[in-house]
Amino acid sequence: MSPRAAWRLEAMGFEKVYEYAAGEEDWAAAGLPLEGSSASVPRIGDLVRTPVPLAELDETVADVNGRIDEEWDTVIVVNDQDVVLGRLYRTQLDEDPGATVKDVMQEGPSTFRPNVSASEMHEYMRKHDLETALVTTSEGVLVGLVTLEDVEKASGRSS
Amino acid sequence: MPEIVSRERVQDLLSHGAQLVDVLPEDEYAEQHIAGAVSIPLKELDQAAASQLDPARPIIVYCWDYQ
Repeated sequence: MSPRAAWRLEAMGFEKVYEYAAGEEDWAAAGLPLEGSSASVPRIGDLVRTPVPLAELDETVADVNGRIDEEWDTVIVVNDQDVVLGRLYRTQLDEDPGATVKDVMQEGPSTFRPNVSASEMHEYMRKHDLETALVTTSEGVLVGLVTLEDVEKASGRSS
Repeated sequence: MPEIVSRERVQDLLSHGAQLVDVLPEDEYAEQHIAGAVSIPLKELDQAAASQLDPARPIIVYCWDYQ
């Protein structure tokens, strides 16, 4: 639709016409401002917890354990652009301290866009028995972590 | 030929006074649209509807995705 609109405006004589081809979906997935009757629905982009513990591929398990708080049972592996590469859980952090993050991490974890509604996320997390979920942009850049507790409160539901 | 722009370029253009036009049907616009966008559904995009736009300022049109 937008290509036709852009061409039509040019045909009318407008000279500075641009087409945002990726559209509203791209904008919403980046967690950027929206308006409208459904824009006020709670979304996971508003619920993310930051900062979250991070690790790099070539670190050792000992390096990571040495600097994260006991309260965290997950660490997110990112590159220097904060693109998510993997995830470590407590079970992996309790393994060989000399192992590298790259060797023990869970590769390609599931991620969710900031515009996913809290109720939709709650349904997914309950179905898949998740306590936390990773939120990233459509380019894979880490936004933060949402917890089951937070999406429950936001969606007005309980486990 | 209209230039296809990225999200970042849209933000830059908007910061410099560009006009944002949502060409989806009106009910979809009412449900959700990019903040600050005006609604001119594609089916209604004629000279009269376009007269609300300032020809001196850049215009960015969008719909849901690559439709």
